[in-house]
Amino acid sequence: MPKALLEVEDLKVEFPTRRGVLTAVDGLSLSIDEGEVLGVVGESGAGKSLTGSAIIGLLEPPGRIAGGEIRFDGRRIDNLPPEEMRRIRGKQIGAIFQDPLTSLNPLYTIGRQLTETIRVHLDLDAGAARGRALALLREVGIPGAEQRIDHYPHQFSGGTRQRVVIALALAANPRLVIADEPTTALDVSIQAQIIALLKRLCREHGTAVMLVTHDMGVIAETAHRVAVMYAGRIVEMGTLRAVVQSPKHPYTAGLMGAIPAIGGQRDRLAQIEGAMPRVGSVPPGCAFHPRCAQAFDRCRGERPELMSAGASRAACWLYAERGAPAAG
Amino acid sequence: MVTESERLAAALPAIARKGALRRALDSDLFYSFRRSPVTVASAVVTVVLIASALLCGWIAPHNPFDLASLNILDSQNPPAWTSGGSWDYPLGTDDQGRDVLSAVLYGMRVSIMVGFAAVLLALAAGVSLGLLAGFAGGWVDTMIMRICDVLLSFPAILIALLIDGIARSLLPHDRQDEIAFYVVVLAVTVLPAVQFARTVRGSTLVERNREYVQAARVIGVHPVAIALRHVLPNVAGPVLVIATINLAVAIINEATLSFLGVGLPLTQPSLGTLIRVGQAYLFSGEWWMILFPSLALAGLALAVNLLGDWLRDALNPKLR
Amino acid sequence: MIAFIIRRVGQSVAVMLAVGFIAFALFSYIGDPLASMVGQDTSAVEREQLRHQLGLDDPFVVQFGRFLGRAAQGNFGISYQYARPVQQLLAERLPATLELALVASLLALCIGMPMGVYTGLHRDTWISRIVMAVSLIGVSLPTFLTGILLIWIFAVVLGWLPSFGRGDVVHLGWWSTGLLTISGIKALILPAITLALFQMTLIMRLVRSEMLEVLRTDYIKFARARGLPNRSVNFGHALKNTLVPVITIIGLQLGQVIAFSVITETVFQWPGMGFLIVQAIGFADVPVMSCYLMLVSAFFVAINLIVDLLYYAVDPRLRLDRAAAGHGH
Repeated sequence: MPKALLEVEDLKVEFPTRRGVLTAVDGLSLSIDEGEVLGVVGESGAGKSLTGSAIIGLLEPPGRIAGGEIRFDGRRIDNLPPEEMRRIRGKQIGAIFQDPLTSLNPLYTIGRQLTETIRVHLDLDAGAARGRALALLREVGIPGAEQRIDHYPHQFSGGTRQRVVIALALAANPRLVIADEPTTALDVSIQAQIIALLKRLCREHGTAVMLVTHDMGVIAETAHRVAVMYAGRIVEMGTLRAVVQSPKHPYTAGLMGAIPAIGGQRDRLAQIEGAMPRVGSVPPGCAFHPRCAQAFDRCRGERPELMSAGASRAACWLYAERGAPAAG
Repeated sequence: MVTESERLAAALPAIARKGALRRALDSDLFYSFRRSPVTVASAVVTVVLIASALLCGWIAPHNPFDLASLNILDSQNPPAWTSGGSWDYPLGTDDQGRDVLSAVLYGMRVSIMVGFAAVLLALAAGVSLGLLAGFAGGWVDTMIMRICDVLLSFPAILIALLIDGIARSLLPHDRQDEIAFYVVVLAVTVLPAVQFARTVRGSTLVERNREYVQAARVIGVHPVAIALRHVLPNVAGPVLVIATINLAVAIINEATLSFLGVGLPLTQPSLGTLIRVGQAYLFSGEWWMILFPSLALAGLALAVNLLGDWLRDALNPKLR
Repeated sequence: MIAFIIRRVGQSVAVMLAVGFIAFALFSYIGDPLASMVGQDTSAVEREQLRHQLGLDDPFVVQFGRFLGRAAQGNFGISYQYARPVQQLLAERLPATLELALVASLLALCIGMPMGVYTGLHRDTWISRIVMAVSLIGVSLPTFLTGILLIWIFAVVLGWLPSFGRGDVVHLGWWSTGLLTISGIKALILPAITLALFQMTLIMRLVRSEMLEVLRTDYIKFARARGLPNRSVNFGHALKNTLVPVITIIGLQLGQVIAFSVITETVFQWPGMGFLIVQAIGFADVPVMSCYLMLVSAFFVAINLIVDLLYYAVDPRLRLDRAAAGHGH
């Protein structure tokens, strides 16, 4: 069996504060295969972005990885010295962030920013680097690349800027890209274009993607597999089809039920009572139990791990009777 | 059987019992204060200095301005712990026979009074101007802000010197000493007033556009009432920081003016004046005349500055 | 862009006119222009005649115009205190002040900026903490106290450097410089350090806080995510973005140098313009005061204008995109 490109095992991310230690990501495990798109979906505050930052090694202090292992291509990367981690960034693992306006340095032309990144990772001279930069710009679909390569970021519109950001992230051909809410800051009409672009490029280059978002629609367009996060944990993981069409975890079911469907007729959108607990006030046992209509005693006391539930895996005691918790 | 509302009602007094003082001590602000030993030390130093200055009438061993009590033969004595000194004059005497310790205490009182007077005056003037500019808008606002901008582009000392100079030219020579205190306060007030005006005006503009203020205006609440009840509390934080920092600045600026000879005169010396007098004797080896006023001034300025620094960091939402 | 320049220059002119008005008011109504020209026993009738001859009872606007005209030529009348033309006095003192100010500013920049960058990048080392503590003291202490302290240590106790005056100067045409003699250089050291200290700490703290803000931005995070080496991220990206606002603020701080030179010159009895104005204020020497006011205001207005233009030139976001507009995308 081919080993996964990225393996995260029992990751814990903590923030020491004066009121005690806050655990933002609590024992998270996932894996991404070569060329696969894993959608990580959840509400704001669920810990999705922090997971991405932890993987690429850019957690901002005082946040820190307090436990677990992250393995890339079989090699452990969460405890690497900073210089080694830097070599991996950009070349092996890339990242795209949410706001294209603030992701680009306003004082440099995009050409300069592109060639700089290219020359750090590939051994090219200035002319060759520029040529490659032009090719990248064309690949992400920016018209008039020859002129625009010498423009400044503020001279681009939002959607085009995000294309530039994608070009920058893919400049050194990384094997995995962590895309953190890549379309949230864009107009709806542009979102579809950017998603399509991302999808096409990753398919063509064989790049794996960890797509972090709260927008289920985006996931449905692009992901092969889906992981649903809640209060710093993964509560369901499975193929796109399985999770969307037959969600197993009550939270996922609630999420799917809350999405309006074209062609359906409903008087009211289904709503999940209550709100996701904030970091630091996560209830014991299953984090979702206060809001779950199907909660029972075991849910209140014991925290469920991901276990086999039909075609997917869900962290829910409802499925405990149907077989032993999934091993590894 | 206890109903929900009864349970709630029982809980309320307990919450209220946690009175204002408890809440203040529990607050983030006090926590950050307690945690920084430097800040606590500065607060203590500031309180001690201010208290001793205000109580100088009672704790100073002599009254340095009572000419009858001065003995010219006692002049230029060194401090008590050196040879030639006595504990009558613990820190030595100056060229007129004045006890240095007393002079420093009285001088500190003058310096502190000028500082507080300047800041309070600046607060009154600046806040009013800021509120006026913010609420009136239009050309009133523009004009006030232009003047503030121009004034802010000049250093405080130069403006203080200018006002001082104008006042001196206007007043007859023999009355200058009496009025020096007020002139200096005025000179040192201008720039802090402008800073307050700007800050308050900015906040006023922000609050003015908020819906609850618009609602209040629709109901017919008088703009002054709106200003006092809604805008001012929101401005309190930044204004407090500016006030503390400007207290130190005012004290230093006054000391500078006095040191340059255009501030407070010898008949009512501040720490700056004492330092100026002492400098002349530095070379003849009579170091005590300049050292103690300098220490007092440095201590005061540093302590107030540190407090202002801490306050600014503690109230800055971005750094939380 | 042109509109912007015209507007700013217009504003500057307006400010100068206002300042000129204040200087004129000072000159005519507060000071007595006749005071330096007549003795005590000149009769009232003769004073009236003199007043009429000098045009001192002409309409206000006429006198103001005449004042501005003379001011433009640098003629501010006779000093009450020295009975010499103000112009001459100032010309003598200008080189002393300028030399001091320039050396101090250079010192402040050359030490302040690198220290700021260092403490911004390595904020938790003990060196940084010590530097920050010392800088806080530097900002809190009044300039004259640091001057006196330096005098005491280096002139009184150690006797290495002179405590007042400018040393031997060499006259090059109209300029006099102390930089070409040993005693001149020695005399320059303590005043320059005193003057530089405040600025140095200010620059350092400014650069540091700007640096810290910039290091928190998304584009720095993205740069790191692209695997750019630390040196590129810290100096190529962070530093360059830090300098943009810092340059403009440093420009504005140049004005502070003038202010503090007044104090420093007094402490060290440095024969510059600052020392002159302090004496003039003590003496109520109005011609000198009004001339100094105009001169200093002109300097500040000019600096503000240059800084505004500089900011415009450095930050590409403020420039109109003439290229794109020209090619019509």
